[in-house]
Amino acid sequence: MTLQPTGASRREFMSVTAAAGGGLLLGFAIAAKAEAAETAGAAALNAFVRIDPQGVVTIMSKNPEIGQGIKTSLPMLIAEELDVAWENVRIEQADSEPKVFGLQIAGGSMATPLNWESLRRVGAVARAMMVQAAAQAWNCPPGECTTSPGQVIHKASNRTASYGSLAGLCAGLAQPDPKTVPLKDPKDYRIIGKPMAQYDTPRIVTGAPLFGIDVRLPGMLYATYVKAPVFGAKVASADLAAAQAVKGVRKAFVVEGGTNLAGLLPGVAVVADSWWAARKGRDKLNIQWADHPTQSQSSAAFARRAAELGAAAPQKSLRNDGDVAKALAGASRTVEAAYAYPFIAHAPMEPQNCTAAFKDGKMEIWAPTQNPDTGRGMIAQLLGLKPEDITIHITRSGGGFGRRLNADYMVEAAWIAREAGAPVKLLWTREDDMQHDFYRPGGFHFLKGGVDAAGHVVAWQDHFVTYGQGDAVASSAAMGAGEFPAQFVANCSIGQSTMPLGVPTGPLRAPGSNALAFVMQSFIDELAHAAGADPVAFRLTLLGTEGMVGKPPAAYNAERMRGVLKAVAEQSGWAGRGKLPARTGMGVAFHFSHLGYFAEVAQVTVANSGKVKVDRIWIAADVGRQIVNPSGGLNQVQGAAIDGLSAALYQKITIENGAVKQRNFGDYPLLRMADAPPVDVRFVMTDYPPTGLGEPALPPVIPAVTNAIFAATGKRIRSLPIDPSLLKA
Amino acid sequence: MAFTLNVNGKALVADVDPDTPLLWTLRDTLGITGPKYGCGIGACGACTVHIDGVARRSCTLPVSAVGMAKVVTIEGVGGDAVGKRVQAAWSDLDVAQCGYCQPGQIMSATALLKAKPTPTNADIDTAMSGNICRCATYTRIRAAIKRASGQSEKV
Ligand code: FES
Ligand code: FES
Repeated sequence: MTLQPTGASRREFMSVTAAAGGGLLLGFAIAAKAEAAETAGAAALNAFVRIDPQGVVTIMSKNPEIGQGIKTSLPMLIAEELDVAWENVRIEQADSEPKVFGLQIAGGSMATPLNWESLRRVGAVARAMMVQAAAQAWNCPPGECTTSPGQVIHKASNRTASYGSLAGLCAGLAQPDPKTVPLKDPKDYRIIGKPMAQYDTPRIVTGAPLFGIDVRLPGMLYATYVKAPVFGAKVASADLAAAQAVKGVRKAFVVEGGTNLAGLLPGVAVVADSWWAARKGRDKLNIQWADHPTQSQSSAAFARRAAELGAAAPQKSLRNDGDVAKALAGASRTVEAAYAYPFIAHAPMEPQNCTAAFKDGKMEIWAPTQNPDTGRGMIAQLLGLKPEDITIHITRSGGGFGRRLNADYMVEAAWIAREAGAPVKLLWTREDDMQHDFYRPGGFHFLKGGVDAAGHVVAWQDHFVTYGQGDAVASSAAMGAGEFPAQFVANCSIGQSTMPLGVPTGPLRAPGSNALAFVMQSFIDELAHAAGADPVAFRLTLLGTEGMVGKPPAAYNAERMRGVLKAVAEQSGWAGRGKLPARTGMGVAFHFSHLGYFAEVAQVTVANSGKVKVDRIWIAADVGRQIVNPSGGLNQVQGAAIDGLSAALYQKITIENGAVKQRNFGDYPLLRMADAPPVDVRFVMTDYPPTGLGEPALPPVIPAVTNAIFAATGKRIRSLPIDPSLLKA
Repeated sequence: MAFTLNVNGKALVADVDPDTPLLWTLRDTLGITGPKYGCGIGACGACTVHIDGVARRSCTLPVSAVGMAKVVTIEGVGGDAVGKRVQAAWSDLDVAQCGYCQPGQIMSATALLKAKPTPTNADIDTAMSGNICRCATYTRIRAAIKRASGQSEKV
């Protein structure tokens, strides 16, 4: 895609009435006339919808597309209520314009819950305007008109008018109130709930340019940026002349940078006519890095310190219900165990990149980002620009998983482009990406639990050792006081201790949950075993008989969880697992996160060598009453499960001498085809508002697998990734 | 140095250093951006192209080693009946999530089906072992290969 910098946002002139946040969708301004003229004959009904005279409907997709399918599923909501044929819909990715589009972020599996109502209303308002325009032309009451896909019908007079013919008549109409505009009865849906292929599929399968890395601008140069292996270390010296002597290299320069690990860090930039030339220049830099206070930190030292902290009293109490010591003393069986999980990297398939063009005080950015507006704010601050002088085009992202919520690479590109005096595409190497991530933080849990003679959990104690400084916990390294089974065990104490960290951390798909589910659901399994109970029955007992338990942010619908747990037991043939061959076993786990209730069963076979093969995974999911796009939804759930499996089997980032040891897919393996099991998914429909799917399917799969390993071998996995050497026959 | 390459049936001239990997010659010099960069060390398959019909990692192949061999990229693979069928199966089953790995997956799958028109599961595992899908769309990739080869998609 060769693009021309425009220097300004296309929609700048639109008058917009509402403030940022989801609510603004109800306050959008009706089509400015200029907008209608600009788009060659197509009339804009609002910021999201344009209709051309042939009836082709263009819908803006507001959120970043990172593979979660949002560029298809959000426009489906609008198209449904607008009442148009999906074949006639074209989708355009919106630029980052929060004043027009509200929150534009790919994170937290929040797009469906936040937009489910409001975007349907956007479509319904546009439909009502079509009806008004027709009624005015026909001089009949709007209430007598109906619609069928793409047209307004007046039965009484046997007249029809296509949306294409009506769109031009809408400009002067009063806008219906979005809050009261009628919505369809779900039984009349023609688009929502139907499996729709991703809108970009034809471009994906033919290799058409879509991604950030594919952006090409006239006169564009290519850049690479080298940062210190030890996070934040400064450049002591670099042989810039040697790099500049490489053919094709235009410029090499040191960037002073700052100390914020999420911002512009010190480093050396090489700008060249091609990326390969920039890389060759990079190899000549011979950079010496200054000493840095965190250069001696290591994973091994963190583990030693965690053990010391774990043996002492917690620095802070997060929760203290009942009397845990007394309950443990009175329990018929007690279990004590220490669990640990490592740092892991996001490793999205498309390495970080960003294209930036700076001209006349204005910055234009093309970025694969999950969080464009944060990038804008950081660039504005660093370069001393006004936010409104920064245009951000959101490209498709080759995966995100939370990595692209951070905007470090955007800030780097902006800085380098300004220094280079030309449009620049900054592309990180895979090694840069692996060694400069915002890692899923590792963590340590020291647990004690007790069960009574009837098989009830009577005591639960967790001393969580995490990273931070006193009460300030590192990003995504916190645990809530309501973490299950808190609220379900009368005597429950959760304590926390922290140790300082000089490694950037951040959210990774189902943050917190992706590690905590492993710990909690494994230890629950240990207690079930101690009680001699069936792991499913034991969990059902633990979940009790109530409906809602607790209040936000710890509100937990135990009834919905029991529903998916029973469903997955049935679906997986749990009751018949006694007939499985030796060294084959089934494990179960459940977890609530991102408003979704998920229970999962894994069947594994452990070879005598210790190698774990996951034979099959079963998932029962409750995300409410409607799956917006069943095709994308199923893909997300299956992908999340296999992603979790990849983490369980392989993924580990090790810190040594203050830096990340792993470099590329050779020493940071990701799961491949032969290891990917079939994943059976069942959506349990309940009458709750629809919620997100990208994240909550992941957490339970890891303990389901490790619990299955226990069933198959009698060996308990208490540390990730799974170490096959512990599982030899 | 000027190299004449045969890409998707066209003779194209690229003026690049001899050690430039084919991937970067295609992407940055010739503007053929379908092949993707994922690792640069031949470990992920995102950059897969066909060289005389064989799936190769273009990130580790210097342009000077290509000569006049027939290079086919994702942009050109639809010109082949098998490639077209594979692309259609990918579309029908809505395989992609982010889609970044899929050009490479489609190139590997097409090379497999040209060599083995009805591959077994084990054939698929082997032929696709060089291609990572970080979004883990493996279930649908397998099903799409089965579909393109006229086999049952059930696993
Ligand atoms: S980029 Fe070539 S194999 Fe990964
Ligand atoms: S679809 Fe995202 S890496 Fe394969």
